[in-house]
Amino acid sequence: MFSIEPSRRSANGAGEEAGSKMSEIVLQQAASPSATADRSRALGRMALVDGIFREVTRAAAVIVLVILSGVILSLVHGSWPAMKAFGFGFLVSQSWNPVTENFGALPAIYGTIMTSLIAMLIAVPVGLGIAIFLTELCPYVFRRPIGTAIELLAGIPSIIYGIWGLFVLAPFLQTHVQPALIEAFGDIPVFSMLFAGPPYGIGMLTAGFILAIMVLPFIASISRDVFETVPPVLKEAATGVGCTTWEVTRYVVMPYTRVGVIGGVMLGLGRALGETMAVTFVIGNAHKISGSLLAPGTTISATIANEFTEAVGDLYTSALIELGLILFFITFIVLAIARYMLMRIEQKLA
Amino acid sequence: MNAAVQTPKAPPTKVSVRSLDFYYGADRSLKNISLPLHANKVTAFIGPSGCGKSTLLRVLNRMYDLYPGQRAEGEVLLDGENILDPAIDLNALRARVGMIFQKPTPFPMSIYENIAFGIRLYEKLPRADLDQRVEAALRGAALWDEVKDKLQASGLGLSGGQQQRLCIARSVAVQPEVILFDEPCSALDPISTAKVEELIDELTNRYTIAIVTHNMQQAVRVSDYTAFMYLGELVEFGETDDVFNKPKEKRTLDYITGRFG
Repeated sequence: MFSIEPSRRSANGAGEEAGSKMSEIVLQQAASPSATADRSRALGRMALVDGIFREVTRAAAVIVLVILSGVILSLVHGSWPAMKAFGFGFLVSQSWNPVTENFGALPAIYGTIMTSLIAMLIAVPVGLGIAIFLTELCPYVFRRPIGTAIELLAGIPSIIYGIWGLFVLAPFLQTHVQPALIEAFGDIPVFSMLFAGPPYGIGMLTAGFILAIMVLPFIASISRDVFETVPPVLKEAATGVGCTTWEVTRYVVMPYTRVGVIGGVMLGLGRALGETMAVTFVIGNAHKISGSLLAPGTTISATIANEFTEAVGDLYTSALIELGLILFFITFIVLAIARYMLMRIEQKLA
Repeated sequence: MNAAVQTPKAPPTKVSVRSLDFYYGADRSLKNISLPLHANKVTAFIGPSGCGKSTLLRVLNRMYDLYPGQRAEGEVLLDGENILDPAIDLNALRARVGMIFQKPTPFPMSIYENIAFGIRLYEKLPRADLDQRVEAALRGAALWDEVKDKLQASGLGLSGGQQQRLCIARSVAVQPEVILFDEPCSALDPISTAKVEELIDELTNRYTIAIVTHNMQQAVRVSDYTAFMYLGELVEFGETDDVFNKPKEKRTLDYITGRFG
């Protein structure tokens, strides 16, 4: 049983034969004392490699925490002078005067939230639409090309979005879309305020559009990926009680995937809140809050990017750093809300 | 092929499969299948894996239509109407021909909603009537007593056997005419299996049933008719007693006695 007789075994023997050979060799090794020593050496080596592996991954995880706390600390430290000078008033003041060194963050906060809101209003339905089309309706031959195109859209650098926004999108909106909006909503109470004033081309709405285009691929491709995790048999079961594609999507695919979809939306929102370059190009960089979405405004990241080089006074620099801290908090709160929503959904399901 | 032989005492035919061929792309996986499903009877499909029994089942409610490159040729008559006709309303067809899968497929919603969902697709009912229908469906699937106190809990929280009965209740709730079972007990323990089998027996009062199974004893226990399939062909079809006790074909005998498969 333990001896191998090569003469009797053909070189190109069946897999089964090779398998039994293997097991014989293992049995032989286990039997002899030198093999036992070999084995304990091998086990020792494995334990060492395993230990190194564990420490390296732990170090990687710790580095994240160190960097995160480092960023927070330096932000707080840098914005300390501005906090001392303006206190809580920094958050609600609208003035932004480098000459008198009087700063307030409200226009930038408002602009950040408003542009992101516009972006999500457009990008979420369109992104989900793309994802649903790609997973449920699109003919198979087109699925891959369209999916790839969406991923390419995500790969375009934001500076290109910015320059395209400034030279192409903004003039187009100015001549075609914005006059129509002003016209259309002129008589409707709240909307007439949102779409008031001359069509500048650049402004909050244009920034929102650009952001929508930029976050769209995130939402679309993440949603597509999570829609694809729905077991086919579940969809078949829904189809089997007579559901249409819409009903399958609405009542089975969406509830099944909502955690993942919310994750994708939040990732998009995170990008929209922090996006700098493209927004700086098209928002107009005006430190004031206008009721109209067509008016120029600013965002936190656009303000920092525009003014960091010219911030000469210590207080000016500090005010910009405090803006950064505020952006950090806004994204943190968005993430926290997302987590909370996911938790509630999971509790409801359990 | 001695399929579709109708003895004079045979009950009326609900579904009639006639010279059915099925293709996955270029592969022909069903070859000239003809057989009846008798009304209010259970027809079992047995045969080794890959013989085409599940494929045949998926033709009966056109589930294959969800996937490109799959097509059926021939005729499948449901009450005399050819369901392979491209013009047929698939949603209506699938409401008439329900399906239970190998693994339970509760929808990601509450137990109540799992049942009410299908009903709402077709009927606008006042709340009280809907409640009644849900209860009736759950009772019909012998699940009511186990879930009546937790109707609002998620259907995903039930045990495997309960989930499968929930799926049966869901199917029954939309009042189909035919129910297709695709190895409904292969993921269940013996006790749950017994419950589902008992249920299938009761369901024949109102429905025509087709069941795919790998379990020969199950076929004997639940079915009135048995079809033995092999490599895409229908080898033998007849009353279950005859197929198992005096099979006409040697291949059938070999399979049911465990000599191949």
